[in-house]
Amino acid sequence: MADRRTFAEQAMPFAPQLYSAGLRMTRNPADAEDLVQETLLRGFRSFESFTEGTNLRAWLFRILTNAYINRYRAKQRRPQETDLAEVEDLYLYRRLGNLDAVFSNRSAEDQLLEMFTDDEVKQALEDLPENFRLPVLLADVEGFPYKEIAEILDIPIGTVMSRLHRGRKQMHRALYEYAMQRGILNDPEPAGDASDG
Amino acid sequence: MADCEKALRELDTFLDGELSDATRTAIHDHLDGCPDCLSAFDFHAELKSVIAQKCQNDEMPPGLLSRLEQCLHIELAPGGDGSA
Repeated sequence: MADRRTFAEQAMPFAPQLYSAGLRMTRNPADAEDLVQETLLRGFRSFESFTEGTNLRAWLFRILTNAYINRYRAKQRRPQETDLAEVEDLYLYRRLGNLDAVFSNRSAEDQLLEMFTDDEVKQALEDLPENFRLPVLLADVEGFPYKEIAEILDIPIGTVMSRLHRGRKQMHRALYEYAMQRGILNDPEPAGDASDG
Repeated sequence: MADCEKALRELDTFLDGELSDATRTAIHDHLDGCPDCLSAFDFHAELKSVIAQKCQNDEMPPGLLSRLEQCLHIELAPGGDGSA
């Protein structure tokens, strides 16, 4: 049984991570701030139910996600269960696969880091419907295993996997479109004659 | 070809570290001999890392940390919810 008096000391180091995740969930700084505060207060009040030595970060993220879902669903009246258009597998890779030919011989990671701005990547994630956004956030940004995500979101592991797969593809397509809009990439299939005199 | 298909089907679970040791080893073996699949796996590993890096760097608004600390401090005070 955890001692409430040690809660602040143990939980506060996670506040920046909770704020960032809250921002991806709510897409609004004021709401993210409220969500973190609510999470820490709920965590404090139920800290007796936390088993010392287990994963405090996962425990806090479960509270954060529940708090978000409860608020969101209270506002929306019914949960947003939007479906996504089908995106082909390896969508972005097939279009950017030969990065080395586009750029110098730096690592693909450096090239990708430079190709997309922070805001674009955040936007691509935040634009996913909630039922896809939460699994992608918890897996790809927060690094939680499938089992943990299934427990946090109270959905089967198979559903976590399929939502991750489809959510990621959708996000990759959005990133590709941002790169196209900024003219970083040329359309691989230009219409008509490309010569410009 | 069939091996490539099998490997790519496990792309997500491989990168997420969710495979059994046996399947993981089988994919490693395939990637060792298949530059095409290796390139696709590398790209997605790097993309995943870039997405994580770019989505976690939000600065907390000034004063938020101390507001949160104060909030917990009030909870801890005798009277519990700060009404005392």
